[in-house]
Amino acid sequence: MAIDAVKIIPRKGGRKAQWWRDARDGYLFALPWLLGFFIFTLGPMLISIAMSFSQWDGITPISRIQWVGLQNYQQLLTDDARFAKALGNTVWYVCWAVPFGTLNALGLALLLNQEVKGQAVFRTLFYLPSVVSGVATSMMWMWLYNPSFGPVNFALAKLGVPQSQLPGWLTDPKWAMTAFIFMSLWGVGNSMLIYLAGLQGVPTHLYEAADLDGASAWVRLRNVTLPLLTPTILFNLIMGIIGSFQTFTQAFIMTSGGPKDATLFFVLYLYQKAFQQFKMGYASAMAWILFIIIMALTLTLMRTSQRWVYYEGERG
Amino acid sequence: MSSETIPLAGPTSAAGQRGRRLRGQLARFITYVALCVLSTLFILPFLWALTASFKTNADIYRFPPSLLPQPVHAENYSLAVSVLPFWQFALNSAIISLSCVLGQLLTGSVVAYSFARLRWPGREFWFIVLLGTMMLPPQVTMISTFVGWTQLRTLTGVEWVDTFKPLIIPSFLGGSGVLIFLMRQFFKTLPLELEDAARIDGCTTWTTFWRVMLPLSRPVLATVAVLSFIAHWHDFLGPLIYLNSVDKYTLQMGLRMFQDINASRMNLLMAASMIVLLPVLILFFSAQRYFVRGIVLSGIKG
Repeated sequence: MAIDAVKIIPRKGGRKAQWWRDARDGYLFALPWLLGFFIFTLGPMLISIAMSFSQWDGITPISRIQWVGLQNYQQLLTDDARFAKALGNTVWYVCWAVPFGTLNALGLALLLNQEVKGQAVFRTLFYLPSVVSGVATSMMWMWLYNPSFGPVNFALAKLGVPQSQLPGWLTDPKWAMTAFIFMSLWGVGNSMLIYLAGLQGVPTHLYEAADLDGASAWVRLRNVTLPLLTPTILFNLIMGIIGSFQTFTQAFIMTSGGPKDATLFFVLYLYQKAFQQFKMGYASAMAWILFIIIMALTLTLMRTSQRWVYYEGERG
Repeated sequence: MSSETIPLAGPTSAAGQRGRRLRGQLARFITYVALCVLSTLFILPFLWALTASFKTNADIYRFPPSLLPQPVHAENYSLAVSVLPFWQFALNSAIISLSCVLGQLLTGSVVAYSFARLRWPGREFWFIVLLGTMMLPPQVTMISTFVGWTQLRTLTGVEWVDTFKPLIIPSFLGGSGVLIFLMRQFFKTLPLELEDAARIDGCTTWTTFWRVMLPLSRPVLATVAVLSFIAHWHDFLGPLIYLNSVDKYTLQMGLRMFQDINASRMNLLMAASMIVLLPVLILFFSAQRYFVRGIVLSGIKG
């Protein structure tokens, strides 16, 4: 594209005028987003960096701001046990929810990709939960996890788990995070659809070739399907990590971070600091730590991807 | 791209030996059983909540739980909506979500067209920036944006926080990067000849876009509308931060308030949840192909 633009430049006056017209129209059309980028992304990012070096409640006039240098970061990393807890919880959650979510989504997509009747119906049922996530589904799950009257423990009891050993789920610090991880497996419909689209992109002739060679279903999966699906897996892993680190609504509704901070997620703690205790500077520093963690993980994944991702040439 | 039938990519020639065919049938049977069991697990939470919403509270807190409500207590629903100004919340949610959809369609499509087809210096650079914003966790800008809206009052003398404006205005400035990207991908698939013809007929860039490109883009506009609506309908953190007065609450916040007031009346809470889910469920079942197209369009394929 850049080359096209160069080719059009000057030579004749008419062309030059056309170039200017194109440039003007291009910028005019992109203007809403450019404005939005400066007002709602770049500006706030810069202000947020500045705020992370300050102590401020965000309400008093800007002149009353106190500059504290790196103190917020220092306190977060060395002297805030709840922050350490929130970070640990969230990392733990990501470490379980993302890999198992990937397996679940991929498994469902592979099942759906078989020749079955009613495929569209199954796909709808798997996809539905990921569309309706929010406050309402969080409430549903609170009810499902109810230790005494919920169907989850009812099913466990039916399976022979003794009454005394039934987990307390959201009320038990040992089990609360597990409850959230299980719940996340229910919302994999979106990445399942992405995998399904990826599976459709696998050329049929490769399977035919594998069939001629007498490859078993497992060999086909291992040597044809999975390698061709690796770019999709990479994409879903990155999106999964970014999304899981931002878990908020479920925790806010279902546990408010409890019991005993067992489900205090990173963003929930950030919200409490910023909008309940009005420590805007401190919370901004947290946001930047979150950003650095996510970026570091994403870049590491992309680095390693050269070793395990198979590229045909096209990139998403 | 029809969403109804997905081309099969499994083994095609089962014409081989009989044993192989038998094994194939067995595999298909197992697949089918697995799909049935799993999809039941996926849908069960909804069914459970649905039945709970028709039970009496005494019936809910009973162990072992009964599967079906007997008798059916449909009045739970009218009770649920009368406890709080539910219709006001629904109206607020609708105003915010629909305004966001409108802004996203109007400005997002223009921007996407610029990135897809117009030639301007710096376009490649800004496109990479656009992709970069998709990776940015919103928490990085959330706090300072909020502070910005708060401080805007001293500048303008008008209240911005506790209005719908902070929730709606971003959608009128391009809105979601992902959705812009999606529309750009679609515009890139339309034949160039159309625009050339329009240009020769004397159309300006704007009339080409408005009269030629947009009418051809209805499918992608529908997809963007549906995705944008769902995102804003479900948004909880945004309204939680910006809206303080109860009469401005969205349904999601109303539901949260309902939970605080009626924590023990689980049947009403479930009925209220079902009402909040209803518009999304209707939208989902009537516009499912638009969701699927969104994923196909974003071009994330193997």
